[in-house]
Amino acid sequence: MTTAAPEVGTSTTGLKKVRRLPPEVSILGVLLGIILVFEILGWIFIGESFVANKQRLSIIVLQVAVIGIIAVGVTQVIITAGVDLSSGSMVGFIAMVAASLAQSATNARAVYLEQGWVDLNPIFPIVAGVALGASLGFINGFVIAKTKIPPFIATLGMMVSVRGLAKWYTQGQPVALLTDSFTWFGKSFDFMGFPIPRPVIVFLFVAVICHIALTYTRYGKFTYAIGANPQAARVSGINIGNHLMKVYAVAGLLSGLAGVMTAARAQSGQPGMGVAYELDAIAATVIGGTSLAGGVGRITGTFIGTIILGVVTSGFTFLKVGAYYQEIVKGIIIVTAVIIDQHRQNKRRKTT
Amino acid sequence: MVSPSTMKIVRESDAIPGSEYLLEVTDVCKEFPGVVALDNVHLKLRRGTVHALMGENGAGKSTLMKIVAGIYTPDAGSFRLRGQEIRLSGPLDALENGIAMIHQELNLMGPMTVAENIWIRREPTNQLGFINHAAMHRWTVDLFKRLNIDIDPDIEVGKLSVANRQMVEIAKAVSFDSDVLIMDEPTSALTEREVEHLFKIIRSLKAEGKGIIYITHKMNELFEIADEVSIFRDGKFIASKLSSEVTRDEIIRMMVGREISQMFPKETVPIGDVVLSVKGLSLKGIFDDVSFDVRAGEILGIAGLVGSGRSNIAETIFGVTPATAGTIAINGKELRISSPSVAMANHMAFLTEDRKETGCFLLLDIQENTQIAVLQNKYVKNGFVQQKQLGKDSAAMANTLRVRTPDMQEAIINLSGGNQQKVLISRWLLTKPRILILDEPTRGIDVGAKAEIHRLISVLARDGVAVIMISSEMPEVLGMSDRIMVIHEGRVTGFLDRSEADQVKIMELASH
Repeated sequence: MTTAAPEVGTSTTGLKKVRRLPPEVSILGVLLGIILVFEILGWIFIGESFVANKQRLSIIVLQVAVIGIIAVGVTQVIITAGVDLSSGSMVGFIAMVAASLAQSATNARAVYLEQGWVDLNPIFPIVAGVALGASLGFINGFVIAKTKIPPFIATLGMMVSVRGLAKWYTQGQPVALLTDSFTWFGKSFDFMGFPIPRPVIVFLFVAVICHIALTYTRYGKFTYAIGANPQAARVSGINIGNHLMKVYAVAGLLSGLAGVMTAARAQSGQPGMGVAYELDAIAATVIGGTSLAGGVGRITGTFIGTIILGVVTSGFTFLKVGAYYQEIVKGIIIVTAVIIDQHRQNKRRKTT
Repeated sequence: MVSPSTMKIVRESDAIPGSEYLLEVTDVCKEFPGVVALDNVHLKLRRGTVHALMGENGAGKSTLMKIVAGIYTPDAGSFRLRGQEIRLSGPLDALENGIAMIHQELNLMGPMTVAENIWIRREPTNQLGFINHAAMHRWTVDLFKRLNIDIDPDIEVGKLSVANRQMVEIAKAVSFDSDVLIMDEPTSALTEREVEHLFKIIRSLKAEGKGIIYITHKMNELFEIADEVSIFRDGKFIASKLSSEVTRDEIIRMMVGREISQMFPKETVPIGDVVLSVKGLSLKGIFDDVSFDVRAGEILGIAGLVGSGRSNIAETIFGVTPATAGTIAINGKELRISSPSVAMANHMAFLTEDRKETGCFLLLDIQENTQIAVLQNKYVKNGFVQQKQLGKDSAAMANTLRVRTPDMQEAIINLSGGNQQKVLISRWLLTKPRILILDEPTRGIDVGAKAEIHRLISVLARDGVAVIMISSEMPEVLGMSDRIMVIHEGRVTGFLDRSEADQVKIMELASH
């Protein structure tokens, strides 16, 4: 990431340079291990390959795309030593709002039929959803920065209220019959024989942008500094409150985007959408090596963490394991992955 | 190899023939990735003595003590306790064998009471297994009486001063009936009177026949309290001497391996115009009506007891806790410094007192620790950090300050205190400050690094930087300052010029 400083290395007395592997290596190993296990079990019990199946790979990435978009935002929040519990509710509410602005005129019960807001250009629901998400996220950040209450509580309140908003919006009714131009965003396209779902492209795009932001910009450096030591960050001239508002707004924006993608993919908006997505996103983040204590974490890790969640889910389905067992084992895998990663980190961080 | 419980029985029966040394560590080695921390080190501790360990930061004292306290396992070497070869399995094992360590960083639980902290894991219980608070209170009172400590056992530790917390730590260590007590710079946060009290306690422990290992950087303490001294340098054992048979200069020479001609080299430089002017500055309930000027090239020392409000004044000038009254003018222009970023925009820099709490980002590497402040105003183009240039300049700065590290990507937590301090200083020097506030710039730092930092401060003053330096160390204040401002209980009690200042005058003003 940063350029090494040869002068320092040579000027100091008899200190060996320590070679450091990027922190993602171990978590990538976990991913490959899990894939290998499914591959072997697949040949033994099902008699076919787990990996060599275009359809399955497509489903894996589609499943995780929405969670992944959220997790990219949650990662940034967790690096500041915060947490965002409201993302799942935001997905539900914003899916409703976006869907209501994307209804086709053929629907006699469209939400905004009277106002004539039907058959709109998809840019409207998308921009509205993303802006709404950013605003709700900003409110999270504002409350945390101004009242200094723990992020857990602030976003818990947001989670409960926004879920309420999602139900209130249409009095619990689903929003259906969306325009083709909007649902286009939730569908797959063909790339060299592979069906690639468009939400996956959005996920990749978001992950790359945020990785760059965290690694190469002042925004990123300040995010890590605040999580690593807020007092020291303050004395170094960082306005912590302002920065937190930005970070939570970004997380909200990405939850909004995830909500839009969910509506486009399901071709409807339902108030129960996105329930417990925040927990999957947090799980993906933590599996990816981000520390809940703050100051440590990378988008690349979260990306791999997200894929792990997807692989586990579809792997169990592939092995025809019952849904209940799936959940039981998923919980164990989340914890085990973090234990492995932490063990490795501890080995790295020795003290003199 | 004997189990701790057997050891205890054997110990109590006095069956072991009295060996000459209480603790005998020979040929101990310890290597960490990239660093040889200890290289064939020896230490011999006699009963009823205080044995001081001296050496620059990174010399291996703390590592050796962590081995003695069972926190680290040595790679090689022998370890004899009361004449018996022993291998400790962990800190708990060390405690059960009568070795207790009082850490430099206090390890107490703030929201719990003094008594709960001392007896944790060993609480007196009744038949039902519930904790007997009355007995715990009584035990604590007895313990404190024995040690002459005057602290309420039922008060929350978080409400105690640093000095009192230190006393609680010591009482806790003594409560294990340990034979070997390790004290790692116990006086670094204590006032002179508290140090006296601590020494009284140490003398009574000595009289009880305990062996005390005492890590310190302060020469005068060594001659006051220690019977023997062992000197370390770069992970190697240099020598053990009776403190009555060694001089201050000899010790310094052994520690640094070279002569330090002058410890406080403040040059006489032309003093320029007033850069910072503070008038009637107050922070309600903390300090009141503080006024002073600092000129370019001048070093203004601030002296006063710990808790007199010295650090609060610095924090207020830098905008960490904005003032409730008074004015601050920079280059004649009155400013409202509402946050550190405003202060930094006006070319101020502030090295805080507490390296761990408000200085280092312990999880981040040296590069990131160095660059964080300068990113406010420089090395950023369209939001993107110009990492290449910044990395080069940071490394150059680290080189100038002689930060001892394999590379800039090393985690700062792996550096010694002195090197961490150098990293923090380079953080602020990168911002090219015109006003530099230093709060305890050399606390807990070895002699060599100290001299380097002093020289650096002197060079900065020569270049026209206005320096404010807070320090508890008298020789440092006297040696470095052009003028000294003395604070007592939140008020300025006097200014002393370099020519007229001495230790007695400062103490008079500081204690009033």
